[in-house]
Amino acid sequence: MRAKVTDRIATLCFYLIAILIIGILAGMIGFILFKGLHVINWDFVTEAPGSVLTGGGGVGPQLFNSFYLLVLTMIITVPLGLGGGIYLAEYAKPGQLTNVLRLSIEVLSSLPSIVVGLFGLMVFVQYTGWGFSLAAGALTLTVFNLPLMVRIVEQALGTVPREQKEASFALGVTHWHTIVKVLLPAALPGILTGTILAAGRVFGEAAALMFTAGMSSPDLDFSNWDITSPVSPLNPFRPASTLAVHIWKINSEGIVPDAKEIASGASALLVIAVLIFNLFARWFGRLIHARLTSTR
Amino acid sequence: MTLVSAWVLIITLFSLLYFIASKGIAPFLHGEVTLADFFSGNWGPSLSAEQGGPQYGALDFILGSLMVALGSAVISGPLGIGAALFMTEIAPKAGRKILQPAVEILVGIPSVVYGFIGLTLIVPALRSIFGEVGFGLLAGIIVLSVMILPTIISISADAIHSVPQGIREGSYALGATRWQTISGLVIRVAQPGLLTAVVLGIARAFGEALAVQMVIGNTADLPFHLLKPMSTLTSVITLNMGNTVQGSTYNNVLWSMALILLLMTLILILAIRFIARRREV
Repeated sequence: MRAKVTDRIATLCFYLIAILIIGILAGMIGFILFKGLHVINWDFVTEAPGSVLTGGGGVGPQLFNSFYLLVLTMIITVPLGLGGGIYLAEYAKPGQLTNVLRLSIEVLSSLPSIVVGLFGLMVFVQYTGWGFSLAAGALTLTVFNLPLMVRIVEQALGTVPREQKEASFALGVTHWHTIVKVLLPAALPGILTGTILAAGRVFGEAAALMFTAGMSSPDLDFSNWDITSPVSPLNPFRPASTLAVHIWKINSEGIVPDAKEIASGASALLVIAVLIFNLFARWFGRLIHARLTSTR
Repeated sequence: MTLVSAWVLIITLFSLLYFIASKGIAPFLHGEVTLADFFSGNWGPSLSAEQGGPQYGALDFILGSLMVALGSAVISGPLGIGAALFMTEIAPKAGRKILQPAVEILVGIPSVVYGFIGLTLIVPALRSIFGEVGFGLLAGIIVLSVMILPTIISISADAIHSVPQGIREGSYALGATRWQTISGLVIRVAQPGLLTAVVLGIARAFGEALAVQMVIGNTADLPFHLLKPMSTLTSVITLNMGNTVQGSTYNNVLWSMALILLLMTLILILAIRFIARRREV
């Protein structure tokens, strides 16, 4: 009898834990949106921050920087990640090199982002002589995004049924051709979903960017498309504060009179972006899966 | 061709280890600071020579980092493992449909947003409940324990999943209740995986910078008090790296602290490898 009562109590506890966690998440998102949504309007999203004395203005350049940095990072990470994932899933033989590679992936993906940021400061900012720049930021983000990407690709390739690969081999198709024409398309939903989720992480990263992409943004001229001009938003060698870095900066400096307002609005923007990335990843993964397997 | 990326990863890791280590060791090699000074509790980089300064003891920050990391693991460990058991043993359907997506969103929320919530919700709440400033160890632990929850939940859930189904069925066949099966068998069999989950959670908490910096209070003392301001390694580095002169002793000591963070991560990963090897035996 006592065993049954204990079992009931334990089950109740498990339900309470689950409800608590959902409650924390819902509470946090609700709090951020409640605090920040009323700050967000078209001007806030597009305009540059006002002067330090008067406050006001928006986070337009920061929002642009976040997206642009994400694109730059992905241009570097995706091809390398595909290469590394294919290597681990298809070519790597058990041995010393594979062991070292797996250890490298494990260490790199669990390093504190501030340490990666300091490495970026030393190598990509100071050693290359670029100074605080988008390029340095993108390379730094690659350092901990690449191991994540490699894992995503390797796992996605691992879920493709063996028979598909063997059927392709049986038809006399080469290994590389099998990878490109059979394995990659079948693994595509997993790779895309993982990539979008990884992109969400890059979007919100701040600690690794403070000392690499910098904490300030020059006055940008959005009509200037000359990639070498220092005021062009597209110039990869200009300093750029992202949305996440901006939130940290105005909160810790606290000079701007309306710091709290701006931080609330910017946090809400970040959370909305994360939610969109998440929902998009789910929807897109399902869509592609349905297309490829022609199921509904 | 695909080997290129493999080498990029390996070379990146080794150059990172080399650069941070050489820069972190430099102040000791050049005699700017002795190891004994660095591992002392005397922090006063702006003290004049008459006051016995400048002093670069980082012990308080190292202990501070350990305290927040362990504190959040104490809260998050049981909660995370409980949630993982809920997802796998109690209600797999609700787990997959509701808790799993919730965990994925929690992972994605940026650390500055956690910090901002800590700053605008948790710190004022602690202030009004306890009447202290609110910044401090407890605020840090609360923020971090939510941040490391997803890590602990997803890795524990994987570990519990890999427990063979036959073990559970054997237990039920003997007439054991679900709780007896979970506490007597599932948790014991999955134990190495659960430990790995908690250790990775500690690693994440130890290295988290911005969220902690925003709520910890940033004073150079270590009050051993839940509600008094203090500092961690990461908070000192984030605040001062940009404000100190390149090549000054103060700046160099910050790199030594980064080296400590790096070594701590390596130690925790070795611990995980050790746990995993024990599992194979």
